[in-house]
Amino acid sequence: MNTTGTPPAVRPSWRSWATVAGAAALWFALYRVNLPFWDWLLYDVIGLDQTSRLGEAVHFFCYDVTKIALLLTGVIFVVTVLRSFMSVERTRALLGGRREGIGNVAAASLGVVTPFCSCSAVPVFIGFVAAGVPLGVTLSFLIASPLVNEVAIVLLFGLFGWQVTAMYIGAGLAIAIVAGFVLGRMHLEGWVEPFVFETKLRGQLVDPSRGLSWDDRLEMGREEVVTILRKIWPYLLVGVGLGAVIHGWMPADWFATHATGLLGVPIAVAVGVPLYSNAAGVLPLVEALHDKGLPMGTVLAFMMSVVALSLPEMILLRRVLQPKLIATFVGVVASGILAIGFFFNAVL
Amino acid sequence: MDVKILGTGCAKCNSLEAATRTAIDELGLSAAIDHVTDPGEIASWGVMSTPALVVDDEVVLAGRVPTAAEVAALLSGR
Repeated sequence: MNTTGTPPAVRPSWRSWATVAGAAALWFALYRVNLPFWDWLLYDVIGLDQTSRLGEAVHFFCYDVTKIALLLTGVIFVVTVLRSFMSVERTRALLGGRREGIGNVAAASLGVVTPFCSCSAVPVFIGFVAAGVPLGVTLSFLIASPLVNEVAIVLLFGLFGWQVTAMYIGAGLAIAIVAGFVLGRMHLEGWVEPFVFETKLRGQLVDPSRGLSWDDRLEMGREEVVTILRKIWPYLLVGVGLGAVIHGWMPADWFATHATGLLGVPIAVAVGVPLYSNAAGVLPLVEALHDKGLPMGTVLAFMMSVVALSLPEMILLRRVLQPKLIATFVGVVASGILAIGFFFNAVL
Repeated sequence: MDVKILGTGCAKCNSLEAATRTAIDELGLSAAIDHVTDPGEIASWGVMSTPALVVDDEVVLAGRVPTAAEVAALLSGR
């Protein structure tokens, strides 16, 4: 075999590792000089006034775009390489035969570490349900996967620090576990399109996490960085741009004086659910809003409703779920986000 | 030879189709490429990680985009 086709290139592994080490050193250097560089360029060379609104906004924009792009590059690469050892196929095998309750906990946790693209939400849903994974457990997985994703975690860590990040992960997992459990208890199998249960799984299972060399995994990491940055850069620029405007021109403590009531969290969720963006676009905006006094619970509720529930995903899921079930799903998840928002506003 | 691309229409699915087309042209094969986008049919192949490549009713690759050379190696082995 393999007489005409060129075999996959086999590079000596030490070269890949040397490249990774070099890139890591460069990354740390860039991360360190980011702040002094923009201080120097904008204030010393161009001569913008450090205390002016324009100066502050431009500095915020340049510094934040660079910082977020660096964070994303580093983290997507590391996470993709680590995740190449996991796969949806493996996750399903781990979930098979688990009861509800413990199954929801396992599904939510595996949702965080399993590589998953929302474009394959429907095949995954059918694959799980047809293989006997309970509906509620499957939904726990589908909620946790976009909600607690690596981009959100890294940006939260970079912009708000580890306490907020830990709170977000805990809250995200809690919502996925409880919402999946509640939806499972409601016994809504009748609202799933009937063909899902009739799907016969044929064919040899190919597990994408097996049979890869380290070079393959590093290359996957590099490709994923390029793919994601290419996909999200408009969201990032718009998000940071809006953040910069808010940062420079919105009066400090605007929210503290105008949005103190209980309505903040429901409004944040009502605006966030139909809004379609991703963590990279939402977080810079959210950071600026928080600077102006928007409470942390409201901030997190807004971000969660943007990343967890989106119209395009609901349209995809319509192929397998009847509208009644989609509405119930959105209602249960949104209630969970509301509860989390109120909770954090109350305790922080 | 019967070649199917299983994918819901995402960017990666189109990259897989392009790589497969290049490989088929390089090998000088006469193979029809069928792009399956129906999620029910994709799932019935046992595939959960798209895109996937099916050659003569057998899933040979799933969940990632290979190089054209890798596809050529998979195709010429049959």
